[in-house]
Amino acid sequence: MDLSVDIAGLRLKNPILTASGTFGYGLEFMPYGNLTSLGGIVVKGLSWEPRQGNPMPRIAETSCGMLNAVGLQNIGVESFVEKKLPLLPWSEVPVIANLYARDAEEFARLAEYLADQEGIAALEVNISCPNVRAGGVLFGQDPFQAAEVTKAVKDKAGTKPVIVKLSPNVTDITAIAKAGADAGADALSLINTLSGTAVDIRTRKPRLANVVGGLSGPAIKPVALRCVLQVCRALHLPVIGIGGIASAEDVLEFILVGARAVQIGTANFLRPDMSFQIAARLPELLKELNVSSWEKFRGTLEA
Amino acid sequence: MPEPILFEKPTLKALLHPACIETTVVSLTRVGSISGPDKPLWLLDLAMPNRSRWRPGQFVMLRPASWGFEPLWARPFSICMAEGGVLRVFFQEVGRGTAALTKIRSGETVVMWGPLGNGFAVKPHTPTLLLAGGIGLAPFIGYARAHPTLESLHLILGHRQDKSCYPLNLLPAGLSREVLRQETEADLQSFVRHLEEIIQAYSARDSLVLVCGPHPFLRVVHGLVLKHGVMTQLSLENRMACGVGACLGCVVEAVQGPPLRVCAQGPVFWATDVKF
Repeated sequence: MDLSVDIAGLRLKNPILTASGTFGYGLEFMPYGNLTSLGGIVVKGLSWEPRQGNPMPRIAETSCGMLNAVGLQNIGVESFVEKKLPLLPWSEVPVIANLYARDAEEFARLAEYLADQEGIAALEVNISCPNVRAGGVLFGQDPFQAAEVTKAVKDKAGTKPVIVKLSPNVTDITAIAKAGADAGADALSLINTLSGTAVDIRTRKPRLANVVGGLSGPAIKPVALRCVLQVCRALHLPVIGIGGIASAEDVLEFILVGARAVQIGTANFLRPDMSFQIAARLPELLKELNVSSWEKFRGTLEA
Repeated sequence: MPEPILFEKPTLKALLHPACIETTVVSLTRVGSISGPDKPLWLLDLAMPNRSRWRPGQFVMLRPASWGFEPLWARPFSICMAEGGVLRVFFQEVGRGTAALTKIRSGETVVMWGPLGNGFAVKPHTPTLLLAGGIGLAPFIGYARAHPTLESLHLILGHRQDKSCYPLNLLPAGLSREVLRQETEADLQSFVRHLEEIIQAYSARDSLVLVCGPHPFLRVVHGLVLKHGVMTQLSLENRMACGVGACLGCVVEAVQGPPLRVCAQGPVFWATDVKF
């Protein structure tokens, strides 16, 4: 079958994207597979100025998951565009920039700069990072701020689709989803990490220097599925499902509850060819399940 | 036999093309007999179906297929040797990953990616001091076996466990070496004094010092080599999720500039480039 999907005018050859923060700038994974076999690449969160990130330790392994408090260490948007983007096969695979800023003005500045970059296919707005002091998840927990940031980006993004990435650390994720949609978001991606911590009873210290971090990996998949289901039922915007996906079967679970595409995140750490393997396996699995088109499968959960 | 590639100076980028493969366990062997609260040391041999080029000091990520999602991450291991179709790592049981690894059986599938990182400098005609702390012996076995001028090398292994726990038989017979055990605090202090004397001696001439071992050992040696101003490379280890530069979980503080990723920009760093 034709595996391609459309996200607000952005054509993906298959629904497999990589999640921001788990796939570097894409280049790190070039030895392990063909980037153009993926539906798209979402690169590490970019800020206007380079960021050093949080102190160590920044990552901790947990049951079927991990915590991270990297704190958006990145080289800055201009360095990315000048040094990394030209090395990516952006004409053959959509490259989506994930944006982080401390306020709406800075978000607008990022969007304006990236709107002119031919190699950038879409913008993903990070209003859900739990690991930074200013901005981050605060925008994603308040419908007014979520709307303000979304509008700021959308106004400057030109023809680039704007995807708003949602946090699960809220009472009602559909309220934030609606706020983003009303403010002009073209699509939503969810979920970012769940806020969590891990401690050591021997040293009596937290396992992360930041104390609190974001939980990801297979452990969070049920939460992610529930959030995607709720948002898909509440509004008619394309949804990109994220959270614990580690197989082609997992991909179809998200599409069954209504997602149009997915992002592979922490599973990229389990083996660097994970996303490529899942993309290669997907057509076989669809054949096994006698699925002949996305329309006949997407959102068909019998409940 | 796969030929290690030897460079004058590690570059900041791996020049070789790593790959991710599913390989199988050839054997897992406990080395020597341990005493006290410490956990045993092991040699793990994995099939290396294709000839692959590597540099001593590089590492591989290993994740047995049987792990499922638990433990979640692969674990990084310095390449000890890669000869005759077998890749060998030397490791100590320290946490839940290495503990799980000791349960593996011959024939089991292991996902392996590498070779990763930069590797140690090789200066064939420069007197080169190899300083290993315990399990830090691992990369120096491959280094000594591949080195073109064995007579320019001198190895000091400081160890806590019985000598039988370290596969000294894998070192080339002609390698000049001192194997020194530290069982008490006094042993440790005299070992550090000895290290300082020898580092001082090497600093008096054009020389190279290469270091690998646990963090406290590295910290002591780092202080000594900076004090005496000798060209030194340290192989660092850190908790890693991906091994390829993406997770940003293994960074160390740089003397200048942004944090350095141990996996992608190391694991070998010049002593003057990193902070401890």
